[in-house]
Amino acid sequence: MTGKNGYLQEFTKGLLRENPTLVGLLGMCPTLAVTSQAVNALGMGLATMFVLIGSNCVISLLRKIIPATVKLPCYIVIIAGFVTIIDFLLHGFLPELHESLGTFLSLITVNCIILGRAEMFASKNPVLPSILDGCGMGAGFTLSLLAIGSVREILGAGTWMAGTPIALTLPAEFPKLAIFSSTAGGFMTLGVLVAIAGILTRKPLPKEVGCAGCPMADGCRSNGKESCK
Amino acid sequence: MKIFITTLLAAMLTDNYVLSRSIGICPFLGVSQKLSSSLGMGGAVIFVMGCAAAVTYPVYQLLAMLELTYLKTVAFILIIALFVQLVEIALKKLLPPLYRTLGVYLPLITTNCAVLGVTINNIDDGYGFLLSVWNAISVGIGFTLALIIFSGVRSRIEAADVPEAFKGIPATLVAAAIVSMSFSAFTGMI
Repeated sequence: MTGKNGYLQEFTKGLLRENPTLVGLLGMCPTLAVTSQAVNALGMGLATMFVLIGSNCVISLLRKIIPATVKLPCYIVIIAGFVTIIDFLLHGFLPELHESLGTFLSLITVNCIILGRAEMFASKNPVLPSILDGCGMGAGFTLSLLAIGSVREILGAGTWMAGTPIALTLPAEFPKLAIFSSTAGGFMTLGVLVAIAGILTRKPLPKEVGCAGCPMADGCRSNGKESCK
Repeated sequence: MKIFITTLLAAMLTDNYVLSRSIGICPFLGVSQKLSSSLGMGGAVIFVMGCAAAVTYPVYQLLAMLELTYLKTVAFILIIALFVQLVEIALKKLLPPLYRTLGVYLPLITTNCAVLGVTINNIDDGYGFLLSVWNAISVGIGFTLALIIFSGVRSRIEAADVPEAFKGIPATLVAAAIVSMSFSAFTGMI
């Protein structure tokens, strides 16, 4: 973990090899809910990345102070604090994005990627690796969301990044598949991308989401019990 | 009276949290292998959602009085986390049989975004106390319905011949897409 390569690895592992969305299958709700448009997907990814870097940094600084028995409530309060900050920032500077993300901004608090990185990484590692881990995981999450959002927006609405200076529009004769704008299209796009990521990483996918794929498994009292299979 | 019936139908069919709004996907994918676990998780979620809505409503009024409404995310998630712990302790002592059925699902509920989602949506939609609690219970019923339907679909996937790359989660997600598509037929009913 020391030296330049070690630090670089903390960053790059989140991009594909341990990608939180496509390989870890975490944080499914925002992945499906806000990705019908690439812009919203990018916004949600960056907002989550901000919260992840902030919470990783603070939790890593406080890792020797927070008592083990109450660590979960402590982590949740720190994360919710950062969520409130990004909520205010977006409300002030990007009101349109704030409007379209809506409730899902508040729901970043319960995104299991953030709690998972706090529990698995930030609470055990010094500040710098924790920040890099947050950057890498956040970037991996953002890229996956952007990929899903792009596929859904291009196939569903025939546009890409609509409403931004770099917006593209497909020619009108290109058929629009409205199903990709709906939740069903989100499930399908995610399913196909998870399969592709599985081929690229050449790693057997976790068979079930359950406890095996859950970062909270260590602290979870139902770990290993019937319900978690 | 009418609004209570439409709220229930909307939460179950047209505006199902899992299948139309994509909230609460993690437990939907994680706990829907078997009918029994779907029912257990669903029961626990209905109970916690109803109680969480009842507790967060007065807390929000208090925050509004103090002009601290921006603290609602922090306050709500703490209340839910605390509440889930309390319910677990109380059930263990008072109703051991119920604890054995629902107990294992309770810790998973703290990070179930549908619970936080429903309390925040109640506030955003400006529901009163009774309607908030009823809406939360309806959303819980809708969540349970989605889990039960999907557990039936999943038991069939296990027997199906799926391409190698799609084995496991990708096939489950594509099946979820088809279930969600069938629910979109309810659009416009209410």
